[in-house]
This record gives sequence, C-alpha cells and structure tokens, in this order.
Amino acid sequence: MAEKLFLEVVTPQKSVVSEEVEIVVAPGSEGEFGALKGHTTFLTSLKLGTLRYKDSAGKERYVFINGGFAEVLPTKVTILAESAERRKDIDVERAVKAKERAEKRLASRSPETDLVRAEAALRRALHRIKIKDIR
Amino acid sequence: MATLKEVKSKIVSIKKTRQITSAMKMVATSRLRGAQNRMEAFKPYAGKFAEVLGSIAGKSGENASPLLVPRDEVKKVALILCTSDRGLCGGFNSNLITKADKFVQSELEGKEVSYICFGKRGRDWAKKQPQPIEDQYIGVVGGKIAFGIASSSGQKMIDSFLEGAVDEVYLIYSRFVNMARQEATLKKILPIPSLDELTGGKEEVQADGFLPEHICEPSSDKLLGEMLPKNVFIQIYDALLQTSTSEHAARMRAMENATKACEDMVGELQSIFNKTRQSKITGDLMDIVGGAEALKG
Repeated sequence: MAEKLFLEVVTPQKSVVSEEVEIVVAPGSEGEFGALKGHTTFLTSLKLGTLRYKDSAGKERYVFINGGFAEVLPTKVTILAESAERRKDIDVERAVKAKERAEKRLASRSPETDLVRAEAALRRALHRIKIKDIR
Repeated sequence: MATLKEVKSKIVSIKKTRQITSAMKMVATSRLRGAQNRMEAFKPYAGKFAEVLGSIAGKSGENASPLLVPRDEVKKVALILCTSDRGLCGGFNSNLITKADKFVQSELEGKEVSYICFGKRGRDWAKKQPQPIEDQYIGVVGGKIAFGIASSSGQKMIDSFLEGAVDEVYLIYSRFVNMARQEATLKKILPIPSLDELTGGKEEVQADGFLPEHICEPSSDKLLGEMLPKNVFIQIYDALLQTSTSEHAARMRAMENATKACEDMVGELQSIFNKTRQSKITGDLMDIVGGAEALKG
C-alpha cells in the first residue's frame, strides 16, 4: 500500500479535485512528471494536457488541464489551472463541434482569422476528445 | 382636504409600487447569493496563487519582468471602471463614478486618459467625458462572469502597456466589505507594484518555519514572467466579482428601504382616509338628525 499525498486542482470557478491520491502525473511545460509522497518541493508551469492520478482506491483518473501551474510539496500537490475538467465532466459533443469549427476556420485561411486562437481551440478540442476515448 | 376617492387611489398605487420594490428585493437577494458563492469559489484559487507567487517572487530579481518597471514619465493612463448595467441600487454607481471623476480631475490632470468600461452606467458617464472610451463590456457585471473576459481584457491591457500605448493602468471597482458596506476602491494594476506589496510585505513562512525552496521549471524568473500577467487577470476578475456582489447587495438594501418607505406612506394615507371617512359619516349623521328634528317640529 503506497503512502498517500493530497491532490488539489483549483480553477477560478471552483475546486475540481480535492482528495487523497497515490500518484500524480502532470504535463509540465518541460516534460511530463510524476509525483509520489515525499517528492521534493517543486514548482512548474503546465501545458495543455492530461493530468493523471490514482485515487485512494487505486483507480486511474484523468483530468483535462488547460495550462496553469503546479506546486508540489512533500505531502501535497496543488494545480492551479484556468480551466480543468474531470473525464466524466467533459462534454464530447461540444468538443467535437469546437473541433469542426476550428478546423473550418483554419482551412478558410482568410486573413481575418486569428490563427493562434483557432489553433489553441483545436488543440483543446482534440485533447478533450482524446481523454474521453481512453480505454 | 383630499376626497375619499383620491386618497383611495393613491393608496392602491403605492401598494403596487411596494409590490414591485419588494419583488426586486427578492430577486436581488437570490442573485446576491449566487454572486457571493462565486466569490467564495474563487478564493482558494486566488489565495493559492498569491501564495505561490509570493514564494517565487522572493527568489527573483526585481527586474524579472517588464511589467514591474515603472515608466519614468507617465503620459497616457488607462482607467478600468467597473459599474453595474442597471440602476435602482442606491448610491452604488454614483459612488463609483464620483471616485473616477475625482481621480481623473485631480491625479490625472494633464495626462491622456482612456476608459475601459465594464457596465452601462459607467459607460454612459464616460461617453460624456472628453476622453475616449477604449473598450466597453456590457452585460458582464451582475451576471455569471467568465474568467475568459477578465483574461482577454487583461491581455489587451498588458499588450498596450508593453507596446507603450499606455504607461499606467488603474482599476476602479466596488469592494464588497459586507452586506451593508461597499467601498469604491482605486487600485493600480500596471505597472505591477513592487513584489513586496503583492505578498503583503511578509515572506511566506511555513508552519514549521522554513521557506519552501522550490525547484523551478523553467527558471524562477521565467515562471514569474508567466505568473505576473495571470496576476493581473486575477485582479480584474476579482474586481468584477466584487462589483457584482456589491451591486446586488446595494440593490437589495435600496429596495428594502423603498419597500419600507412605501409601507410608511400607506400607513399615513390610510389614517387620512379613515379620518376623512369618519368626518363624512359624522356630517351625514348630523344632517339626518337635523332633518328628523325639523320634521318633529
């Protein structure tokens, strides 16, 4: 039985996750990292991606993270994200629609499309769909 | 003296007004609850962010980010004014606008000022000013505020600050102190005041008395550079949340007072009505008695 550490994922709207976990794997901006209990204090920015953790029952959970920061302390991991959704809360229909919209916008190549924004939207949508498709 | 009918119709109309004000009060109460919940939900994020920012700021140089550097000469100033879209909330909007007006008149004398308005009331005021309105957001304050609005408007401010289009950015909003008190507050958001101020001047000392020495990825200066703009967004978002909460609290109070005033007026009119009715009946009785006496005669 692995020792537990406390995981907290907070967004400006609400606290998404707040529970004891066995391991956390997060998408750091310089590479994915894992944290177990007793990890040295560590601070990093996060990129868009999937946060994985094993809850106290040993079940793998997935959370969509749209960039942010992570603070790792020996007994606690705090994730500050602008938005985050648990796998079960992801709205696939919305993501598929957002994907189509972004693809259309990118394909149109008209000068007034904001390429950076469209690309970011596409990346977000694809990632949400990917998380939903796990297993 | 007013006729019975006049008094009666006045009572009816005031009672109707009372119905409206008390309904508005109830709406404001329920919205207030929502706004307060959102404010509460934001607290853990803001608190944790400030904590992390504080611990990292202690390790970085003062010149880690251009957002920290004050301009030698301040010529152009942007003012973000948060007000509500709707009236009927007492002195709420006029407090905010007076604050803005005074600030522009005294502190910003001779500088180029532009406005960014959240809320219709503030925009209507800014329209009458000689200075231009840079941006306006209607239908934000008082409703459900998305973080995206704060971050996109904040990003615009940061961009124009970095380009040199503005030298300073100020924020005027209504701080929610408690149900009975909302304070019009002025805050400088760019350039970011010194890091000591951000952390409240105190180093983050942990319970067991050591500063957490974080390993940082990327370097702490770079991280700080990423966090500072976010800090600006957080301040704008916080201001919007507080202004919304304040608006509903102010409206609730204003409507409560209006309802009470209606009740007082109805009471007064009712007693006038009763007196008039009484004296009319007395008059009629006198006539009847007089007539009967005359017949006996």
